[in-house]
Amino acid sequence: MPKKVTLPLDDETIRDLRVGDSVLLSGIVYVARDVAHKRMVEAMDSGRDLPFAIRGQTIYFTGPTPARPGRVIGSAGPTTSGRMDAYSPRLIAKGLKGMIGKGARSPVVKDAMKEHKAVYFAAIGGAGALLSRSIKKAKVVAYEDLGAEAIRQLEVEDFPVTVVNDIYGGDLYQEGKAKYRRG
Amino acid sequence: MREIGAEEVTKTVARLFQEACYSLPDDVLIALKRAREIEESPVGREVLDRILENADMAGRGEVPLCQDTGDAVVFLELGQDVHIVGGDLYSAINEGVRLAYTEAYLRKSMVYQPFSARVNTGDNTPAIIHADIVPGDRLKIFAVPKGGGCENPSLLGMLLPASGRQGVIDFVVDTVDVAGPDSCPPIIIGVGIGGTVEKTMLLAKRSLLRRVGEPNPDSEVAELEREILQRVNNLGIGPMGYGGRATALAVHIEVFPCHIASLPVAVNLQCHSARHKEATL
Repeated sequence: MPKKVTLPLDDETIRDLRVGDSVLLSGIVYVARDVAHKRMVEAMDSGRDLPFAIRGQTIYFTGPTPARPGRVIGSAGPTTSGRMDAYSPRLIAKGLKGMIGKGARSPVVKDAMKEHKAVYFAAIGGAGALLSRSIKKAKVVAYEDLGAEAIRQLEVEDFPVTVVNDIYGGDLYQEGKAKYRRG
Repeated sequence: MREIGAEEVTKTVARLFQEACYSLPDDVLIALKRAREIEESPVGREVLDRILENADMAGRGEVPLCQDTGDAVVFLELGQDVHIVGGDLYSAINEGVRLAYTEAYLRKSMVYQPFSARVNTGDNTPAIIHADIVPGDRLKIFAVPKGGGCENPSLLGMLLPASGRQGVIDFVVDTVDVAGPDSCPPIIIGVGIGGTVEKTMLLAKRSLLRRVGEPNPDSEVAELEREILQRVNNLGIGPMGYGGRATALAVHIEVFPCHIASLPVAVNLQCHSARHKEATL
């Protein structure tokens, strides 16, 4: 049975999450991908505020398709997280607690997650239509000029994810592969 | 000479990209269902169930299969007895891409100035167009929206001839292994062997147009496809990299003669959202 988790994440919830756990997330997540991450880190470098209060929050790496009239959002599955590896440790140090994407993270990101008690979830790549059903509200909150890459605030309900990296150093990709490897 | 109107080309290209982004072709669905039957990992089976459910939902035409609706790759087989009238062929194709991506609620993913400003072109043009001139008076158009996640770990290797068959196998398997979960497995592995640097990469990409799992007609090449598929599916990566058997649905290899000094090998990975549509005018 999947664990139901309410966002924002707190330390007690994070301590309970283990590699391979199926989780249904409900609450607020922020959408950001490549350029939005670059801009957030540049803002930090020049002493400016981030476009949203990041402490305790979760970022979803996606760039949705445009919403049809009457729909909250278009297709909205995860993008490859590795492209955010250069930026994530800075945001984690600033209080980011959760990330949702797909694909492996660098050792530097995993160390930052262990040190600052953050988790990395994967959603199913290429299932953007299905995942859009769990998104109840969406609004652009920053960097509107970036279009599909703007920062959005989403309200999600029972958004299905799997824990890939927990705060204990576990990695689902390595463990899963080792279990089924032959020869 | 048979005349084909540029406007008809535009309409066809627009329709093909729209259909491709919303409905997964039968061959891909069949391959995914077969993978679901043989997958050993319960989590892997669950992932495949969700992928099939996603295809079903997207097929209703409201929400695209994947938010990455790709760059617009177009393969043409242009009969040498065809005369395009009422406009030039490439502009007609780009207009079709523009129409599909702006009117069918698809994501625009192309940027100008790739190494600097990276400004979105706004309508997903320009298309990436590859044309072959063939006998006859028909125009065959393949529309292939190609996502970035599986394009990024694709690789070209200029192997030494001494590396031989084993070198080719190792290069392909290592490329898939390094890509791991990033390329959205179960994947289709397009492989080009021979030619020159650009020819071998085109062979790899073109092999992705084949119906999933249809073997190369040359038995020696088909045997190589089977062997690589087995090696890849022993890696344990599994659906979305969570561990399992179904890392790849198929290996498609295309071969071309090459220089006595070379053994070019190209690997073009295709995620499970293997979208392709074709039409003949």
